[in-house]
Amino acid sequence: MTARVGVITFPGTLDDRDTQRAVRAAGLEAVPLWHRDKDLKQVDAVILPGGFSYGDYLRAGAISRFSPVMDSVIDQAKAGMPVLGICNGFQVLTETHLLPGAMLRNNHLHFICRDQKLRVENAETAWTRSYERGQEINIPLKNIDGRYVADERVLDELEAEGRVVFRYQELNPNGSLRDIAGICNAAGNVVGLMPHPEHAVEPLIGTGRTDGLGFFTSILKRLVSA
Amino acid sequence: MPVARVVVDVMLKPEILDPQGQAVQRALPRLGFEGIADVRQGKRFELEVEGPVDDAALARIHQIAETFLANTVIEDFSVKVEAGEGADATAVKAES
Repeated sequence: MTARVGVITFPGTLDDRDTQRAVRAAGLEAVPLWHRDKDLKQVDAVILPGGFSYGDYLRAGAISRFSPVMDSVIDQAKAGMPVLGICNGFQVLTETHLLPGAMLRNNHLHFICRDQKLRVENAETAWTRSYERGQEINIPLKNIDGRYVADERVLDELEAEGRVVFRYQELNPNGSLRDIAGICNAAGNVVGLMPHPEHAVEPLIGTGRTDGLGFFTSILKRLVSA
Repeated sequence: MPVARVVVDVMLKPEILDPQGQAVQRALPRLGFEGIADVRQGKRFELEVEGPVDDAALARIHQIAETFLANTVIEDFSVKVEAGEGADATAVKAES
């Protein structure tokens, strides 16, 4: 039996299908979840995909954070279930405080869409085991609220504990403090990042590379070894 | 049923970069408005409250502001009664 990965759809989510496809490309079963359902259908891991959600009216992810499904996600995340938040999903995870800090409007105020080079700073998390520390990957980035901020104490803590998982290379696209593109919680099962690995799993689409596939194969490694 | 208005103002914390406020500030000289050294942009929520705005109601609104209207990681907020019953109550200032 293959591992089951839940992909949550909020109203307005637009990358849920791409994420399901990426999950399948890694040899896993994708389980669609609706934001009003509290039942996680016995999935082994959950992905909060990207694309704007209705919570963005207040702050990015702020209203989605109170969707019924999030209570179950928070409980399971605290119990150790792997959770990945991509872009808007990352914003939702900061709003739940499963991840520290907050996301704000890009410093240049423009929506940005580009291929983005990242450095993998932590290859020990549930979602990065297929990578090596220091590896550079190139995956698409598309957002307007991508500026990661936290106070100096939190930033120092993240650095000291190796919880900065990805850093922007060559160009900081949104003014994120310390070039942070992605972080994890203390246990390493919850990861959030702004760029979109699900758009780089097939050579015909996105960057023309498959650098994003490692996220989804990482979770397979983690679930098999668990 | 008397309806009172309670205003919740939400502002980015002073240390957080506000590029939207800066964009407004930079536009001012172009429009002929000189002498504005800085602009910060925030959000104002007007809550129409059913029933009296007593201490319990204000406490509840404070909770709404703290858990939902503001993200206290990046924002400060203040709560004040603007109109209706209880409007003469002292404005409640809440910094987070």
